[in-house]
Amino acid sequence: MTTTTELREPPRVSGGSGENAHLDELSTDPIGLMARVRAECGDVGEFTIGARDVVLLTGADANEFYFRAPEEQLDQAEAYPFMTPVFGKGVVFDASPERRREMLHNQALRDKFMRGHAATIAAEVEQMVAAWDDEGEIDLLEWFAELTIYTSSACLIGTRFRQELDGRFARLFHDLERGTDPIAYVDPYADIESFRRRDAARVALVELVSGIMGRRAAGPPSAEGEADLLDVLMSIREEDGTLRFSPDIVTGMFISMMFAGHHTTSGTAAWTLIELLRHPDEMAAVTAELDELYADGSEVSFQALREIPRLESAIKEALRLHPPLILLLRMAMEDLAYGGVRIAAGKFVAASPAISNRIPEDFPEPDDFVPARYLEPREEDRANPWTWIPFGAGRHRCVGASFALMQLKAIFSVLLEGWEFEAVQPLESYRNDHSKMVVQLQQPCLVRYRRRKATPA
Amino acid sequence: MRIVVDRDLCQGHAACEGEAPDVFSVSKKGELTILAPEPPEDRRAAAELAVKYCPTHALSIEED
Repeated sequence: MTTTTELREPPRVSGGSGENAHLDELSTDPIGLMARVRAECGDVGEFTIGARDVVLLTGADANEFYFRAPEEQLDQAEAYPFMTPVFGKGVVFDASPERRREMLHNQALRDKFMRGHAATIAAEVEQMVAAWDDEGEIDLLEWFAELTIYTSSACLIGTRFRQELDGRFARLFHDLERGTDPIAYVDPYADIESFRRRDAARVALVELVSGIMGRRAAGPPSAEGEADLLDVLMSIREEDGTLRFSPDIVTGMFISMMFAGHHTTSGTAAWTLIELLRHPDEMAAVTAELDELYADGSEVSFQALREIPRLESAIKEALRLHPPLILLLRMAMEDLAYGGVRIAAGKFVAASPAISNRIPEDFPEPDDFVPARYLEPREEDRANPWTWIPFGAGRHRCVGASFALMQLKAIFSVLLEGWEFEAVQPLESYRNDHSKMVVQLQQPCLVRYRRRKATPA
Repeated sequence: MRIVVDRDLCQGHAACEGEAPDVFSVSKKGELTILAPEPPEDRRAAAELAVKYCPTHALSIEED
């Protein structure tokens, strides 16, 4: 063991002279800030948001240190203060984050449920495109956000609950996601417009869920085999017969279950489509692959669970270039050391998919869209478990990663088999809005769809 | 051959159990048990598929 006296303090990145240090830059150009940390400081460097120092680790070795650290050393507690008002202040869960993750994993995301989920997702996409004319325009942000509200509620909570939802739920959920300005690191309840909308949206969501619960309580019980998670939660009662879980708590539970898989999947679907529009050869290859796969009339629920190499590679490359989470945070629970640098207890420690996924030594031509890097023999996502990290890595790797990839394969199977797409704005004008911790597409982000003509036999 | 598991990577998805149920077993809580740490040669193909399809790349095969 090294003693702390031999350790040096983390090198600090330039800038950050404002009132809240690097907070302003984090709110406007977070990737630029983090890229500068790596350029100026190397694998380990420090920036500051508000009163909190953040030690940023990038590159395979530093990522391994970060992702292998047990919770006693690096803990998620307090690392995401912008989430507390979203899930609900005072909503106390009976289970730890670890336990809830395990429950989600075992009850909704286990391999054996995947085929049913794939069928559910394909049906949701079919239902949404059924409202389309032969051609028209969609806003990528709004369209995929609404779709993934339906798919995640149907798969994680149940189709019975899903059938109670419409566009209102999606729009309110979007207001929650928009209420994640980095100023939350200074004050999660600051008096700003997006936080007021966030809090109003949560109140409105509780009202919606309360209405659903009221109708269920008054109506007939669910049919055999039709019960969903809400039925289960409503069946749990106190000794005096009242509901154990109030609408406020149920809403908080559902938001927390749906949150991680919503904006992430929605954004990745949009970016996969945008990158395929930017690269017509890849679009043609993916479409040809799907045409061949479905030529025999096989079901999406069957194929989405199997290998679709060209499509999967395009999705993986969209994830590498546009990771939905650009900054992963933990808190140092004790004094730690990495690479001769002291990481003091109480500091935030961060990893960054946005930066680590574009290191040229690990990903040649790092800024180019090159799906072939995932095909044999390159397989750059598997070459080292600590380089390709859109889903994080290690024990805390996104528990929904397989579900997400299956979902994206199902979505594009339906979309590209039935429809053609075309950009209606300059291809370079599609970009992310980085003013919130939840990164989403910046509007306008329109594309044109057109029904595919039946391919000649 | 010997099955090696990196416990920091395993999340208990049970894909390995699906490929080779006589070699891998994953409990309801997601804990992996290697039933046959040194599987016989005729199970090599199944073991290699388990390594390939592990979603977290936690498995590898070490040769003697």
